[in-house]
Amino acid sequence: MLLISCPNCGSRDETEFHYGGQAHVPYPENPNELDDRQWAEFLFYRDNTKGAFAERWLHSTGCRQWFNMLRDTVTYEIQAVYPMGAARPDKAAPAPESGTASTAPDSTTTGTAAPDISGTSTAPATPAAGTIAPEGATK
Amino acid sequence: MADLLPEHPEFLWHNPEPKKSYDAVIVGGGGHGLATAYYLAKNFGLTNIAVLEKGWLAGGNMARNTTIIRSNYLWDESAAIYEHALKLWEILPEELDYDFLFSQRGVMNLAHTLGDVRESMRRVGANKLNGVDAEWLDPQQVKELCPILNISDNIRYPVMGATYQPRAGIAKHDHVAWAFARKCDELGVDIIQNCEVTGFLKDGNRVVGVQTTQGTIHTEKVGLCAAGHSSVLAEMAGFRLPIQSHPLQALVSELHEPVHPTVVMSNHVHVYVSQAHKGELVMGAGVDSYNGYGQRGSFHVIEHQMAAAVELFPIFARAHVLRTWGGIVDTTLDASPIMGTTPVDNMFVNCGWGTGGFKGTPAAGLTFAHTIATGTPHELNKPFALERFETGALIDEHGAAAVAH
Repeated sequence: MLLISCPNCGSRDETEFHYGGQAHVPYPENPNELDDRQWAEFLFYRDNTKGAFAERWLHSTGCRQWFNMLRDTVTYEIQAVYPMGAARPDKAAPAPESGTASTAPDSTTTGTAAPDISGTSTAPATPAAGTIAPEGATK
Repeated sequence: MADLLPEHPEFLWHNPEPKKSYDAVIVGGGGHGLATAYYLAKNFGLTNIAVLEKGWLAGGNMARNTTIIRSNYLWDESAAIYEHALKLWEILPEELDYDFLFSQRGVMNLAHTLGDVRESMRRVGANKLNGVDAEWLDPQQVKELCPILNISDNIRYPVMGATYQPRAGIAKHDHVAWAFARKCDELGVDIIQNCEVTGFLKDGNRVVGVQTTQGTIHTEKVGLCAAGHSSVLAEMAGFRLPIQSHPLQALVSELHEPVHPTVVMSNHVHVYVSQAHKGELVMGAGVDSYNGYGQRGSFHVIEHQMAAAVELFPIFARAHVLRTWGGIVDTTLDASPIMGTTPVDNMFVNCGWGTGGFKGTPAAGLTFAHTIATGTPHELNKPFALERFETGALIDEHGAAAVAH
């Protein structure tokens, strides 16, 4: 059982969550211009990474909010939890080595319990543009 | 002391060094890879071929499945290929000269809701039209066939009936692999274990060789039979597959007297159970929801399937779990396999069998061998080509095919 650190509720058992598959798959900008191949890519093709994988989770029996997680698909180690809309922490532009981790509040989560990006020592995610709506989240 | 031990059995195959080149290379030494090599040699006379296995022979999903064989799929395309597989299972013990304990003890798919009942009756009708043996059983007939099943109405989801395929059953999966491996070896196929593929050599868009942990091997054709690792190989070759790899867990109890005469599957309360020849109860259920290559899953999945088993089979309440394990299954969004050509010339793929690949082993091998040898689809695997995700001609067996996942 994975122990998942929800950005709003803290550590909870995996059974409280719903898996949402690969993160960072935006809805096509110009859907009318896609050909069949491009639609197939959007509908059916997802990365199937062996190693660090950015994926979406929904805290379905808790705060009912979506968030992103970076998890190793071989060891299942959770490497980072970060908000919807934020860049993937291990792919973000390298931050200066000046320990900014505690100075960048996460503007995309609600409430007072906005956590640090748990379980990671990498630079904080870039704050997203004021939305927690998942990119291309399934309904 | 050593002289008191029984004599070590003869090995069923050799362990040759890889040659510099082959006419065809199969990546993956599980059931599908071995069956493909067997039919390439037997039906097409291609014997200068190799099966490359990164670990030990049949140590992946071939050793981890729950050995259920059936062909009661809803759609015509699936019924055709799985029924062909079942017909091959019926003749393979003799053809391969190996008794791998294929036991046609029947498979029952329980219905627990009115929706289940309607879906099941529809599937029985579809199966009959496709020449697949199928029956609808009422609860009393279910009880007669499997007396240990609880058909009373004092459970959350009472048994409202079941579909039954008498010719379905189980086989001993490791013996199936050994049977194919021995025949492959006799026919001149090189089975090379501990040989992991690390890359592909291409001339333009044509594959001309594989790089492995045992050196470079030149080849004219490559067939991928790597199940959960298909995406990893495809990425090396430079194309994508619409596959997600998930852990799928199973478990066995300690040995018991024979109590379970058939195979019982329930999609609704979600468990499938049979009793192996030795006596252990073999159980499985659904995949873990997350992507995973770890060959293990989360324990709550095991708990859930055991709760389902105890509800249906009260007699199992005091049995003990002896062992649990996981495999990596290559799932597609329409729950049907992918077989055929790839964007790379002379490279072919057989994958996406997901949670149900074991039963399809012989037909996968037969048709994939045809595709590799001729470069064209076999009549039975043509509908399962990669192109269906672009054309939209999906074979949507989710919820349709007695698929328990």
